[in-house]
Order: sequence, then C-alpha cells, then structure tokens
Amino acid sequence: MPERTVVIASRTGLHARPAKLFVQAAAAQGVPVRIRLGAGRSVPANSMLAVMALGAEHGAEVVLEAEGPGADAALDSLAGLLSRDLDAEETPDV
Amino acid sequence: MSEPTAAPVPVPETAPSPGNTTGTGTAPEIGTNPGTAAGTGTAAPGGPVISTAVTGGPVTGTLRGLGVGPGRAAGRAFRMAGPPPLPTPVRGGDPDRERREALRALAAVASELEARSVAASDPAASAILEAQSFIAADPGLLESVEGNVAAGMDAAHAVDAACAGYREALLAAGGLIAERAADLDDIRNRAVAEVLGLPVPGVPDPGHPFVLVADDLAPADTAGLDTGTVLALVTERGGPTSHTAILARALGLPAVVSCPGATRIGEGTWVSVDGTTGEVRTGIGEEEAAEIRRRATADRLRRATSGGPGRTADGHPVELLLNIGSAADLRPEVEAEGVGLFRTEFLFLDRREAPGFDEQVAAYEEVFRAFPDGKVVVRTLDAGSDKPLPFLGAGREPNPALGVRGLRVARGRPAVLDTQLDAIAEAARRSDAEPWVMAPMVSTVAEADDFAARARARGITRVGAMIEVPAAALRADRLLERLDFLSIGTNDLSQYAFAADRQHGELADLLDPWQPGLLRLVSECARAGRAAGKPVGVCGEAAADPLLAPVLVGLGVTSLSMSAPSVAPVRDALALRSLERCRNDARTALEADDPARARRAVAAGGPR
Repeated sequence: MPERTVVIASRTGLHARPAKLFVQAAAAQGVPVRIRLGAGRSVPANSMLAVMALGAEHGAEVVLEAEGPGADAALDSLAGLLSRDLDAEETPDV
Repeated sequence: MSEPTAAPVPVPETAPSPGNTTGTGTAPEIGTNPGTAAGTGTAAPGGPVISTAVTGGPVTGTLRGLGVGPGRAAGRAFRMAGPPPLPTPVRGGDPDRERREALRALAAVASELEARSVAASDPAASAILEAQSFIAADPGLLESVEGNVAAGMDAAHAVDAACAGYREALLAAGGLIAERAADLDDIRNRAVAEVLGLPVPGVPDPGHPFVLVADDLAPADTAGLDTGTVLALVTERGGPTSHTAILARALGLPAVVSCPGATRIGEGTWVSVDGTTGEVRTGIGEEEAAEIRRRATADRLRRATSGGPGRTADGHPVELLLNIGSAADLRPEVEAEGVGLFRTEFLFLDRREAPGFDEQVAAYEEVFRAFPDGKVVVRTLDAGSDKPLPFLGAGREPNPALGVRGLRVARGRPAVLDTQLDAIAEAARRSDAEPWVMAPMVSTVAEADDFAARARARGITRVGAMIEVPAAALRADRLLERLDFLSIGTNDLSQYAFAADRQHGELADLLDPWQPGLLRLVSECARAGRAAGKPVGVCGEAAADPLLAPVLVGLGVTSLSMSAPSVAPVRDALALRSLERCRNDARTALEADDPARARRAVAAGGPR
C-alpha cells in the first residue's frame, strides 16, 4: 500500500487549527486516507476526533497510507500539508 | 467539574442505580398525559395527604424535601430526563443488527443537531450545534463503534465505549480541545437514549415558564438553563451541597432537593414550591399559583431594596462576602463587602501545564482591583478529588476525597503553590491590595505553619486556613496561634465529619448543614476565634441559608460568604434579628436532636 512518512511541522502539533486543515484536506481527497503515529493503529484521516486523539506533537513522525487510483497524488498533497508550519500561515479565505 | 454520569468509569452509585432513572421506574411516565393519569394516585386513605408510596401513577398531595433555595414559586411541573443508564450488556446478539442500530442512532443524533443548528437564531449557538453534529457523524467515532460491535458489544455499549475512548483522548489533549469532551458526553447520552428508546436527555422546553423537576442536576444539564423560563427546581435526589442547591442559590431560584416522589409528579401538573420549608404541593389551581407568584415578587422587591453592610437588628456587624471563581462572577449590582472565597481553580482546570506566573498575576489583579477598599480572600489551588487536574499527573486514587487534594498537592509539587503565592503577592503589589490568603484542606498545625511560612516569606500579611477537616476544627485554637483567620468550608467539613460523600444523594440527610454535629465544629472554631480576637468566617453553602445564617452568627462567626444572589436574603434575615436572638437560635440548633427539629425550632421563633 502506498505510504508517506512525514514529520509534523506545525509548532502546536496536530491539534486545533492544523488538525482541522488536515482533516478537511483529507476529506476532500478522492480516496480514503489513513494516518498513524509511529507503530500505532491507523485511523481515518478525515476524522477530526481520531486525528486529535493521535496526540501528534511538533516533530512527531506520522505515516499516511492510501490505496486505489489517485492514492499517490493524495498522499503527496497531504504530506506536503503536514510538512508546513500551518500555525504560521494565514487563515485561508473561508 | 465532576461529570459522574458520563465519565468513562461511572461512579457506581449514580449511574445505574435501580429505581432512579432505569426504565422500570420513572422514565415511561414522560409521555403520560396528565389529564388521564391524574387521580390514579389519590387512592390513599385519608384524603389528599402524602401518597408518595404509590407506585406507577403520578403522585398527588404534598411532597417534602430539603429546601435549599429560599423563596416560593408556582407553576406547571416538567421533568428533565437524566442521562440514559446502560442496561446489562447483551452478548452474542446479531452483530449486523447491533451495528446498524448504533450507526442509525448516531445518524439520527447528527441530523437532530443539524436541524437545531439551522433553527437556532443565535449564530454562536448555531455554530456550536453544527460542530456537535459533525462530531456525531465523525468517521473515527463510527469506526470505533463498528470495532466495538465486532468485538461483541451491543449497540448501546458500543456507542458508550467509543465516546468514552475519545473523551479520554480529548481530555488528555487539554485546553480548548478538552472542552469538546462535554459535547461528546451529550452525543453519547443522546445516542444511547436513541438506541434504548428512552427520552432525549435535557431541559424540557414547554414554551412557557415552568418548574423544572429532575432526578438530580449535573452542571452540564444546567449550563444553558434559561432562568427566564425556569421558576423553581425540584429534585428527587441531591443534598444541601449538591450542584442543584448551589445552582439554585446562584440563580436565586427557589429549590427543593432530596424530595422523594418528585420525579413522579405528573407532567404539566400545577405545583407550588417553597424553598424555605422544602414543601412541594401538587394539585393547586392556576389562581392559587398566580397568588403565590404575586407574593414572591413582593418578597423579591423588598430584598432588592435592601443594601449596606451586614448587621443584626441591633447593629452587630457581620461581613457579607461573595464566593467567586473569577472576576467574571463579580456582579456590580450586588452590594457585598468583599470576596470571602476566591476560588482559583478556574485558571488550572483543563490544563496540560500549570498556568504561568504572568497569567495568574493578571487574573488575581483583576479581582483585587474590583474591591479597592474591600476584603478579598484568595484560596490557593484546591485540586484533586472532584477537581482532578491533568497537569498534576496524579494517578487514580481509590478514595480521591481522602487523597492528595488541596494543600496536600504541595507535598509532591511545592512549585505549583510557590508560583501561585508569588503571583498573588505580585498582583497585590501592583494593585496596592492587601489580600487575605488561605490554603484549602489544612489538617494539622504543621501544615498551617508550613503554609504560613511560605506566604509570609512573600510579603503576604493575612494568612489563613480553610477548615474542612474535623481535626483542624478541633485544633482551631492552635491554628490561630499561627494564622490570622479561619474560613469554614461547611460543605467539605460535613463530608468529612459525617464520612458521607458529597455526591451521594442517599446520604443527603447526613450532609444537611443543620446537623448539630457540624454546628458543634463550627462553634468550636468560632470560640477559638473569639478567644484569639481573630476573624472566623463561613464560606460554605450554610452561609447562604437565610435561616441558618443567624445561627452561625449566634455561634460567633464573623463573616458569611456566599454566591451573589444569596446576599440580599441573608442581609434581610440578619437585619430582622438581634444578636441575642441569634445566640438563642444557635443554642436551640445545637441542642436539637436532628436537623429537621433544629430547623423547625429555629423557624418557629420567627424573626426578632
């Protein structure tokens, strides 16, 4: 199964706003994506509860996985998101 | 804030206790039409007296409980359904069916919340409901429910366990995220009720003012209570120090707790509630209700016009102070002489790390500045027991109320106390205030010594202790050799003197602040205060009872601290009695055999 390992760049970790941006992006992918922390169990990346419950801090290594058509593109896009400091970025136009 | 019914490890006595909220007792009556069901309970011989023994149908006649929020009210009664209790787990059911049922319930909850979000006129409320509806439909939650069913759970337990799992995770995350745990509790309660076919938990909305009847009330139940439509509170369980009692006083609502039969009052029945005597009468007419309301309004007006410092009819001064949790609780319209209990826990709750020095200074300074000439008594952090703090990293204790709480936290974590004392001292310097500072849960002279040394080293001049532990009350004279004042927390002092859990509704009679045994301990402290010429106050709910307040003054208590709405009724009660009368009342109460007799004997005297 295609995977990407990525280090959480956001200073506050994968909580609050960074978690929300990530979950929204994951939900927008055309393919189900899962995320896990270290050797832990994988959880659906489009679940706010599950992603927050991971408790992934700044600098933690997470693994994204997906399968099916478009999986690689989805993983690249989400891995790119996590490797940026989302706390430092302006709120997107909503 | 304790949340017993929805906690992952349920408090045994509150969650599945039979005869309370189980389906066999009260719940099915929710939909009962009072028109057809009324009268079935009147079969008791001797006419319309007390028929609380009747099972099944609605009760009639007069019910008696503990009056905890003074005043009278009348209106139609509507009942709040409590959180649904979990039935005995069903093993070996059809997993497909359980899975469908659990997912259907969550979907129903999500769409109900969504509909309420759309209907809400307040944008903030609408946004909260929408966020909640997303949580109910969260893919991670659904996956966890499915996993639980696959592991053999029935639908109700699968939902419950999934919510409990995420609840823990949210709490562990702390901060704003931890606050979402309450949303999850609500979803859990709604979804489990949906699975079990029980009424949706929550405050009823009959569309007109009403008397709210409940088994018991938890903080979460009443967070959004519309005080414009709730006339009075009546609960089957709960004691004088229960959340219901505290809430009633905070809102100025008449309230009766520990009232057997309350939850069998027919839906929509007219009732009158007397929060002073503890009487709840059913079967009154609309006209009588209107008359009661007219008189209650007149009483309120009289109190509203009272003001000035607290004193007895013959001018003996009694400081009337406020219990507050933060500057937000200060109410400019309430005339008080200062703050008798500034709880500082709010800064610490739901935190992964202790709040910093600067943040604390700012919070304390805000309160000090609000009372430039008045007294402010700060209580240092009272963590533990029903207020566990994640950052303290305390493990689970078998008896948290008897464990490392209050000042005892400083045994292992002295830095938390020292930082707090530093911040209080700094805030005092900045605002030119002279705060009174006391430690919670002091038990021994050595503890008092240690606390006093830490506080005085920082320039704090008025150092005291809360008296919650009976051993401390018995050594009040020795404590006052080291300290400048004492403040009696009657709620915890009852709990420890009577070995009865504050949350335990069935033991409410033991926690009655009129217990002569408790009053004896108060008397001991007041006597020590008089001998030392140092102030001894009461900051528990006892101080807020207009009938008991004069008794406390008669025992020798020098200040009374309470939530804002109680100040006027207590001021009124003191102004009607001479100090001599208060002393007589105190003797009467101390000599009574039990709380009910004490209350009756003192009430029989009437004012003056």
